[in-house]
Amino acid sequence: MRYPHSLLTKTLAKTPTGIAGFDEITGGGLPSGRTTLLVGGPGSGKTIFALQFLVHGAQDCEEPGIFVAFEEASKRIVANAESFGWKIAALQRKKLFFLDAQPIPDLVQLGNFDLGGMLAALEAQIREMGARRIVFDALDVVLALLPDPAAKRREIYRLHEWLLGRGLTGLITAKAGADEAHSINQQPFGFMQFMVDCAVILDHSVVLGVSQRNLRVQKYRGSSFDENEMPFLIGNGGFEVAVAHTLVPRSTKVSSERVSSGVKRLDTMLGGGYYRGASVLITGFPGTAKTTLAGAFAEAACRRGERTLFVSFDSDANEVIRDLTSVGIRLDRYLKSRLLRMASARTITGSAESYLMRIKTLAQEHKARCLVIDPVSTWSKSGNDSSAHSVAERLIDWTKCEGITVVCTSLLNEMSRQTEGGSSLQISTLADTWIDLNYVVQAGERNRGLSIIKSRGTAHSNQVRELVLSDAGVTLSDTYTAGGEVLMGTLRWEKESAERVASKVTEAAAKLKRVRLDAEEAELGMRVKALQVELEAKQVEKALLAHTTETRAGELSQGRTRMGELRGADAALPLRK
Amino acid sequence: MTRRARTKAPPKTGADFKFRLYVAGDAQNSAQAIANLTALCKAYLENRHSIEVVNVFREPKRALADGVLMTPTLVKLAPLPAPRRIVGTLSQVRPVLLALGLEIAAV
Repeated sequence: MRYPHSLLTKTLAKTPTGIAGFDEITGGGLPSGRTTLLVGGPGSGKTIFALQFLVHGAQDCEEPGIFVAFEEASKRIVANAESFGWKIAALQRKKLFFLDAQPIPDLVQLGNFDLGGMLAALEAQIREMGARRIVFDALDVVLALLPDPAAKRREIYRLHEWLLGRGLTGLITAKAGADEAHSINQQPFGFMQFMVDCAVILDHSVVLGVSQRNLRVQKYRGSSFDENEMPFLIGNGGFEVAVAHTLVPRSTKVSSERVSSGVKRLDTMLGGGYYRGASVLITGFPGTAKTTLAGAFAEAACRRGERTLFVSFDSDANEVIRDLTSVGIRLDRYLKSRLLRMASARTITGSAESYLMRIKTLAQEHKARCLVIDPVSTWSKSGNDSSAHSVAERLIDWTKCEGITVVCTSLLNEMSRQTEGGSSLQISTLADTWIDLNYVVQAGERNRGLSIIKSRGTAHSNQVRELVLSDAGVTLSDTYTAGGEVLMGTLRWEKESAERVASKVTEAAAKLKRVRLDAEEAELGMRVKALQVELEAKQVEKALLAHTTETRAGELSQGRTRMGELRGADAALPLRK
Repeated sequence: MTRRARTKAPPKTGADFKFRLYVAGDAQNSAQAIANLTALCKAYLENRHSIEVVNVFREPKRALADGVLMTPTLVKLAPLPAPRRIVGTLSQVRPVLLALGLEIAAV
């Protein structure tokens, strides 16, 4: 893994060790042409550190190296190292030389001796292969043979001088218990710690039954370094020191692409979904459907064709799939098509560090773009209190660098309040989006409420919604508020049905009114018609009357004329028209 | 087995004690070892021994091949059993004799 260049100043030439994280905290590696002391208890990883330093030099830096094994036979060291995937056998001929310097069991020591012979022999070997790096593994074994402290001191000086004279980058490992490593009075290593230019302490302790490994750079002449104790792990690829990128400039690609949460209405609440590469935290009490939400996200990711890793600390992979099927989340097909990888870690107890390492390895193997960790709160189990937070920090740091969208669920303790979210992990402050699930007890019912506590860079709904799980899937219900409270469960249903009834009543009333109006309208129409008929009758009557009157008048005048004629009377006066 | 062999070891005749002494040039420890060994052989193994001195500064490859890393180192090549190695200046006579399986001769 490549880390961005450190801000630590580079005043001194440094020799990279190839140990992830270590080169970063020292600003480049071990001091070139100088001696470094590596102190640690049994099984603290001294030999692996030393060997990795040499292998990296031989393999990647064109710097051949020599390994002087005082304690373990080189054959066994090589065999052990093969498990890290280091191709030592291939390097061994020209670039990596192992010198077996274990004291033979029947060796008798009588009087003073020195390491002159070994140094002479090494000198020849160095010249032959052009070695640039040298490791003296377990120097304490040979020093223990020396009769008095003065002699030990002298031999250390001799070695130191010799190393300086040759310009070799030297690494001396020595055993020390956890306590001894910290006390500077320890002879002769205390003295060695003063003499060398760089001292590194490896510590392996067990806290509440959980193994914790830590590395600390005690001194580094002529260079700044990170002084804190750093957790480290011996993983599949060797030594790995966990480093939080505190001072290092980030070159993380920030994406504004949205990815679906798997629940359509949640996407709406979030203004489109999670951001790609974001870290999402889902907190809640047991049984609040954290896993279901996480599963919905995984399914959505697979549907988009993105490789997904689902890490479950709670239950077996098959159980998770079965349980999710019951709410319509079908992950089995994606498991079959290898798009999804399930990892169950129920039985593992280990340091938070080792969990992270495992997850990293799995994710890299799987080339995952989406990651689900269910629940991440396992990390803060007893024994991991101190390291869990920094592990969580590094998890998020790492996923951001890789552009992996991560959904973590976190179990809340029944006793703790939601404001404490994530307890000792304190992951809630790191996460980009924090969704809280809780039970809302109302009218003798427990219902699941979902609220978005925060979502960086997104407008999001502030409403508490009810999360409804059914065969058909996961959805968020409409909200009904009454008296300042969100109604859920049966109350919501009641409200819904009451509303349905009410609307029906209104509808019926409207219909009735319409009918009544229709009737009235019809009636009025009828009346209009009747009146019309009456009017016509009247008009006819009127016309008839007029006619009759005229006729009568005509008849009258005619009749008068006729009578006059008949009477032979005088001509009538001219008629006025 | 070894113990019995050792008790039977009292040498009687012949120049059959072969030693090889690896030294680091004229370093103090090495010079002392040469002196001590010579004196010891003269006292207890007169005319029955041979000493080969290997200077690892001059023959580093040989020391490497022989697995001799601490100087001075004395290797008893003969008589058998197995070659025995003594590291140090050989300054104390009795322990050296014991280590070489010469305790009877010493008494």
